[in-house]
Amino acid sequence: MSAVKLPGSLHTNRRLSQWLRFDRGGYVEVRTGKVEIGQGILTALAQIAADELDVPFDRVRIIPASTTASPKEGVTSGSLSIQDSGTALRHACAEARALYVQRAAERLRVPVDALDVRGGEIVAPDGARTSYWELVDDALLEREASGAVPPKSVHARHTIGTPAARIDLPDKVLGRPRFVQDLELPGLLHGRVVRPASSRARLSRLDVSRAEGMKHVTRVVRDGDFIGVVAEREEVAVKAAARLALDAGWSEGPTLPDSGQLAGWLSGEPCESSTIGERRAEGAAVASTLRARFTRPFIAHASIGPSCAVARWSDARLEVWSQTQGIHNLQADLAVVFAVPAHDVTVHHVEGAGCYGHNGADDVALDAALLARAVPGSPVRVLWSREDELGWSPFGPAMAVDLEVDLDASGEVLDWRGDVFSNGHGVRPGRSSTPTLLAAAHLAKPFERAIAINQPVATGGGAERNAIPGYDFPAFQLRSHRLLAMPVRTSALRALGAFVNVFAIEGMVDDIAAARGEDPVAWRLRHIADARGRAVLEAAARRARWSERVKREGTGFGVGYARYKTVGAWCAAIAEIEAEEEIRVRRITLAVDVGLAINPDGVANQVEGGAIQAASWTVREAVGFDRTRITSTSWEEYPILRFSEVPAVDVEVLQQPDAASVGAGEAAHGPVAAAIGNAVFDALGVRVRDLPITRERLLRL
Amino acid sequence: MTVAVEAGARVRLEVNGKRCESAAAADTPLIYVLRNDLGLKGTRFGCGTEQCGSCLVLVDGKPAYACTTPLAAVEGRKITTVEGLAAGREPHALQRALIAEQAAQCGYCLSGIVIRGAALLAGNPAPTEAQVRSALDAHLCRCGSHNRIVRAVLRAAAEMREAP
Repeated sequence: MSAVKLPGSLHTNRRLSQWLRFDRGGYVEVRTGKVEIGQGILTALAQIAADELDVPFDRVRIIPASTTASPKEGVTSGSLSIQDSGTALRHACAEARALYVQRAAERLRVPVDALDVRGGEIVAPDGARTSYWELVDDALLEREASGAVPPKSVHARHTIGTPAARIDLPDKVLGRPRFVQDLELPGLLHGRVVRPASSRARLSRLDVSRAEGMKHVTRVVRDGDFIGVVAEREEVAVKAAARLALDAGWSEGPTLPDSGQLAGWLSGEPCESSTIGERRAEGAAVASTLRARFTRPFIAHASIGPSCAVARWSDARLEVWSQTQGIHNLQADLAVVFAVPAHDVTVHHVEGAGCYGHNGADDVALDAALLARAVPGSPVRVLWSREDELGWSPFGPAMAVDLEVDLDASGEVLDWRGDVFSNGHGVRPGRSSTPTLLAAAHLAKPFERAIAINQPVATGGGAERNAIPGYDFPAFQLRSHRLLAMPVRTSALRALGAFVNVFAIEGMVDDIAAARGEDPVAWRLRHIADARGRAVLEAAARRARWSERVKREGTGFGVGYARYKTVGAWCAAIAEIEAEEEIRVRRITLAVDVGLAINPDGVANQVEGGAIQAASWTVREAVGFDRTRITSTSWEEYPILRFSEVPAVDVEVLQQPDAASVGAGEAAHGPVAAAIGNAVFDALGVRVRDLPITRERLLRL
Repeated sequence: MTVAVEAGARVRLEVNGKRCESAAAADTPLIYVLRNDLGLKGTRFGCGTEQCGSCLVLVDGKPAYACTTPLAAVEGRKITTVEGLAAGREPHALQRALIAEQAAQCGYCLSGIVIRGAALLAGNPAPTEAQVRSALDAHLCRCGSHNRIVRAVLRAAAEMREAP
């Protein structure tokens, strides 16, 4: 067949039947390789299908992703699901609709053009009618997409662009089983893993007898430094794991960096350096040079629901139920660990608690598979403890950003130079011959520990994401330095490097504007070449009444702006803070442009949530550790903002019906951190460049 | 309903209006009896140490953490879980309000919040926003749905006052 370039994931999943089928029961089944992680993607995809097919929204059923039947769409990450899956689905549905209308035309003996589709019924001018459900013929969609049927015009849409209610919400509000944590299978056993005392600790002593002797304990499992229990009852598994932990001894030593000297550690370690963006200009006279270093600590995913998975072995075949972001990636890594062909590993997606990047979801699947191997035929459910969730999920990397800016005599930027120091932001499974799942490094025949890398700059980069300022500077040079050792396991956390890069750029820019005596919004508007960028900034300023703001003692206002990944959503944020004993973020006002917002309320929800999470990271959060162990393993040691502490958030979504859709989930993080940092400067007159901006930090200034 | 685990003392309790017995060990945290023996998966494990609120249930109408409440402590008590808040087939006003406000992202924390909110509204039909936030401070949400949830509690309060 031809290799016509097809839109989105349709290019690599070309058969229409991979995406949808109609059912005589009066509904359409839609398949996607992207997964619900709390972002509302299933609802948005159902809206797209309903619109293109002209069926009622409630006639669309999304089939949970599984390696046996779903389109292969990689990982649900990077705010790409609407682009990848939504685009594919839109085109697949447009073609499916055309094929069924053609079939209806034959049946009703009228020309195709005379037919109208309404609510799933296909209607002729004389009132004769049939429907998708009547015409069901799966063979009709057993073909490759042609790419020749354009989706609907903007004006013909009825569901896209409306705030449809989330399809997963009733279950969640009513407490119905919906999460992988809730999965029941016949004969389900409960497993718990006893993790090593610290990342590199080796098992020096283990007495399994007491745990094994407990009533209802099915098995104690050991494979090298991986130890765990399987029991008939969950509370017994918890108790037996606690017993086993007491009866295990570990040899460990100091392998972690000094948490009080992270910036020095980051910039002093062996690294791989690359230039990620450069523009040279004829040298005008440099009047002054600004230099500053911005940092962020390691940050935890800190999902409210600990990672969970269920696994079952039967006849050397493994079946796994997982909250993973990438079913095929997890399948690939499990196949490597167990040395079985990938087609002998099936991964079904089941929703988990909120996912903000590469957390423990994949790791716990290996834990479950390792324990289940000891009890063939029985499904084993493993739920991580809170301590494991906060201590063993990969963290978002600590980072240092050094900036150096040449100014002319009027304080205008001549040359902007930056160096980004960080561990890699990606050690996801399924991307190399070395499995990256946590327990793989603890087995008797251990796999090498993979070192996190950064994704290519062309797809947004990792540490260097948004390191290149979105302003029209005459010259710039940005370099990225990826550490080659990884004492603290790091991977992708929402927004990746954009969070601190935008915080750094926007802090520097604020200083530059202040030195010129220029309003920070006006300065930015003067330097953003892109009309949609200026539009979000103007909208946020208008909505926050920026020009009418009244500064009182101890309060401050700040602005932050970025276009996520340089090619994604435009977002501007304005923060209002009070500097009391701690920084209280009172209000954040945002404007965002994600192109065509499939579900404007879904976009607003993502941006609101992103703003609150970013506020929490900015004023509160840091992973704690000594030289040997992670210490922030409870909510007391890893506090996040609570209901009475979160800011009011107000979001304006600039709808762009004719523009391509881009993701919304990560757009707010950088601008919000920047706006808060700049508001602190406005309130206190001091520039805090190290995150989080805590009371202790302010007292040290 | 009887939950058979082993011979021994049975603990009698009432869950969502139904009497049941459990033969699980007396120190078994209530959450495992609810989820695994009674099939009430709405009560969710978050931390096991009363720090996040995900597992909140009502015991004789008062909020209690199912992850730290031992079975023996609820002998003869009336337990209400998120599944039991609905009156007949109609969801609780707060559950309806959460949907009306689209007040969730992942929704994992919601069960405990629904229980806390229902308990608050039972005792205070007209809470201020500050009172709602203060009541919910025992609950963690990581997705940032806080403000929508607060609006939902206030909306439910207004609806309950209009149509008690």
